[in-house]
Amino acid sequence: MSVLHIAILSPFLFAIIVPYIYKRLRQIHTGWFVLLLPIILFIYFLQFLPQVKEGEGIVQSVSWIPSLNVDFTAKIDGLGLLFALLITGIGSLVVLYSIYYLSKDQEQLNAFYVYLLLFLGAMLGVVLSDNLIVLYTFWEFTSFSSFFLIGYWHHRERSRYGAQKSMLITVFGGLSLLGGIILLYIMTGTFSIQEMVANTSTIINHPLFLPAMIFILLGAFSKSAQFPFYIWLPDAMEAPTPVSAYLHSATMVKAGIYLVARMTPIFAYDANGYWVWLVGGVGIFTLFWGSFNAIKQTDLKGILAYSTVSQLGLIMSLLGVGAGAVHFGNDNQLFIVATIAAVFHLINHATFKGSLFMVAGIIDHETGTRDIRRLGGLMTIMPVSFTIAFIGTFSMAGIPPFNGFLSKEMFFTGMLRVVKMDIFRFDSIGFLFPVIAWIGSVFTFVYSMILLWKTFGGQVQREKLPKTPHEAPFGMLISPVILASLVVIFGFFPNILSDRIIAPAVETIMPMFAIDEIHISHWHGFQPELYMTIGVIIIGILLYLTLGKWTRIYQLFPNKLTLNQLYDVLLPSLETGSNMFIRTHMTGYIRTYLAYIFTFFIAILSFTMWSKHAFHFESTNLADIGLYEVLLFLAVIIGTVTILASKSRLTSIIALGAVGYAVSLFFVLFRAPDLALTQLVIETISVALFLLCFYFLPRNFHLEKTRFKLTNALISVGVGLVVTLIAISSYSTKLFPSISQYYVDHTYDPAGGENMVNVILVDFRGFDTLFEISVLAIAGLGVYGLIKLRLARRKEG
Amino acid sequence: MFNILLYAVLVMLSLSILGYVYRLIKGPTIPDRVVALDAIGITLVSITALVSIVMETNAFLDVILLIGILSFIGTAAFSKFLAKGVIFDRDRNS
Repeated sequence: MSVLHIAILSPFLFAIIVPYIYKRLRQIHTGWFVLLLPIILFIYFLQFLPQVKEGEGIVQSVSWIPSLNVDFTAKIDGLGLLFALLITGIGSLVVLYSIYYLSKDQEQLNAFYVYLLLFLGAMLGVVLSDNLIVLYTFWEFTSFSSFFLIGYWHHRERSRYGAQKSMLITVFGGLSLLGGIILLYIMTGTFSIQEMVANTSTIINHPLFLPAMIFILLGAFSKSAQFPFYIWLPDAMEAPTPVSAYLHSATMVKAGIYLVARMTPIFAYDANGYWVWLVGGVGIFTLFWGSFNAIKQTDLKGILAYSTVSQLGLIMSLLGVGAGAVHFGNDNQLFIVATIAAVFHLINHATFKGSLFMVAGIIDHETGTRDIRRLGGLMTIMPVSFTIAFIGTFSMAGIPPFNGFLSKEMFFTGMLRVVKMDIFRFDSIGFLFPVIAWIGSVFTFVYSMILLWKTFGGQVQREKLPKTPHEAPFGMLISPVILASLVVIFGFFPNILSDRIIAPAVETIMPMFAIDEIHISHWHGFQPELYMTIGVIIIGILLYLTLGKWTRIYQLFPNKLTLNQLYDVLLPSLETGSNMFIRTHMTGYIRTYLAYIFTFFIAILSFTMWSKHAFHFESTNLADIGLYEVLLFLAVIIGTVTILASKSRLTSIIALGAVGYAVSLFFVLFRAPDLALTQLVIETISVALFLLCFYFLPRNFHLEKTRFKLTNALISVGVGLVVTLIAISSYSTKLFPSISQYYVDHTYDPAGGENMVNVILVDFRGFDTLFEISVLAIAGLGVYGLIKLRLARRKEG
Repeated sequence: MFNILLYAVLVMLSLSILGYVYRLIKGPTIPDRVVALDAIGITLVSITALVSIVMETNAFLDVILLIGILSFIGTAAFSKFLAKGVIFDRDRNS
């Protein structure tokens, strides 16, 4: 256990004592105690910066399940550290914000902070684990804690719906990730990511390469809300706003991004470009689709959710395109800019989206609504919130001088360079990337403006607001102000990040390159990127001003064709479908189940006999057939037919008795006196029991004869035929002599008896007899119990 | 000669069983069937005895006794059932 492990697990340990703190110290908001932990962790992780900058990873291993190659290996490298800082940094701010957001008198704070700490620890575990099984464990922890947090107000139906939806989708992805991990383990024999990166060539040339990649990407896409799995994210907005800000903008949804970035050195080498196209293509489409759909939202958090989807798509597409760079070797660093942009935008997005969510929460808190149709004119009432929102939205829209502008410029650069890639058909249809990216950016600009001006511009509609709006308390504003200042600072001085954080992270994603200096500058001459940004702003302003005229196109897509609708239809129809399936074959009639059992019996046995050519008939072993056996056989046949064909049940019972006696006669003929004796007695008793049952049949019971059913006849004939064939074949293929000679020789000498059957029953194999005695005893007690208990009930009634 | 005689008797007994079985199936009343069953039982006794002679064994003498007893018990039980509707009386005095 190193300090690093304790740091990763400390949120879990702290979560244990949170309820005690909550109970003992009710007068102080529990959040103040919780706040200490992420701050300490943030400072702890900051001290790794110089080491990581030098390219020294820190690896600490604790053995967990060594026999299965599962060790808790914690590793700090550029990428892991970047995420750890994001998680703890924004975690601290979110906890601070939540102290003012959640009332200590009305909310179940202990539950909230326990869930939040579980989530914090799980996220740290995801980004700092080198072992994939450990990573998967923490991954599922994030899904579960996110489920709890979304359903925090569990008395609301929408919360439960959103929690269930996100749970189903992310756990689906998580399980598929586990599948991918197992496939990777099959290929490489290790769960360690470092060792996998070292074994890339084995993985690339393995037939399981493609399935493993698709499974892992399914996991990453569903977690990071990529198309078509994004649908859970808008519904997760039912969570408290600090949760939305933390999980659904800055951290959890970036777990998929992290995974893709982490897996890039393993998968990006494949010669067909699947990785590049899948990650890049899905990302760029999600970018477009999310930004397109954000415009029609009327809920502040709804816009932000779709905007998150869209921005995650942007980062994902950059990672995908950046992965194309590995095919060009170290000599051509033209394409690596995409990866740098991805990392940079990751940071930027966490800052501005976190602040925007917090502003949305403030507006909700201070006005009582998040609906943009009822909001407006808050600029003068809430100046600080407006300033923060202004910075956040303009950064999101990609307008200078904020940091969003820089990453958007780099995004365009990356996308434009895609066209120059002469691999994987990027030279022919790669032009789609910059085009879609540009269109997506225009929509991004439009919804950013909607978000800002519909909320803060125009007139105040006091009569529509549940509360009288006023500026938020100071404490609630601290966190968004810090985040907004970071937006501005990173916007003006982007290079404070580049060497310390971005470069090590990019080096982790692309270990094949030696990253020389990364320089992010505002001004790089009159490049196409600049014209694209100017185009975005101009077209975006035009579109925003004419909003009422063209939003009609959203009605072109009826609600029935959305993915949400698909999910809402699919889930109940799965239920009704399985219900119907159960109802159609689980009829509740024993005859149906017997028909299934016998049909499968026939099918499986006859197929086995046929496929193995097992039917065999040998006449050499057969004994002669005497006249008497034939006669007895005829008697049994007649008795059996009578049982089946008789009109009355009494006849059937008597015929059954006749068959039983004939069988005992067979025992006589085949020289089995003990069997014959027993058979006679038992047959008599059972016939008497049958008669007893017959006597107690209800009076109006129809005495009609058994109706003929063709299927039943076919099944019974089939069973008889199969069993007969198997009996004949097994008799004909006797492979070994019988062991009965042993009993013949030893019945008298060691066992001291002359009757061999009885000696076997009580001596050689007495155990069977013991338990048959038990069976009889149980049956007797059972009968007694059935009769007695029924009588007792009748008395009560 | 003796064996031929034995087999001849066995065949005749079997044929008589067939006849009883016919009566057993045909009926028409339940007592007809019960009597047929009883007769079958007794014939089985004879058959078992003859088979024992054929096989030259005395292992089946128990069987003969048992069939006799069972056949008697069975027929008595059936008769009581047909006469009174029950086999075991609850009320001992009736």
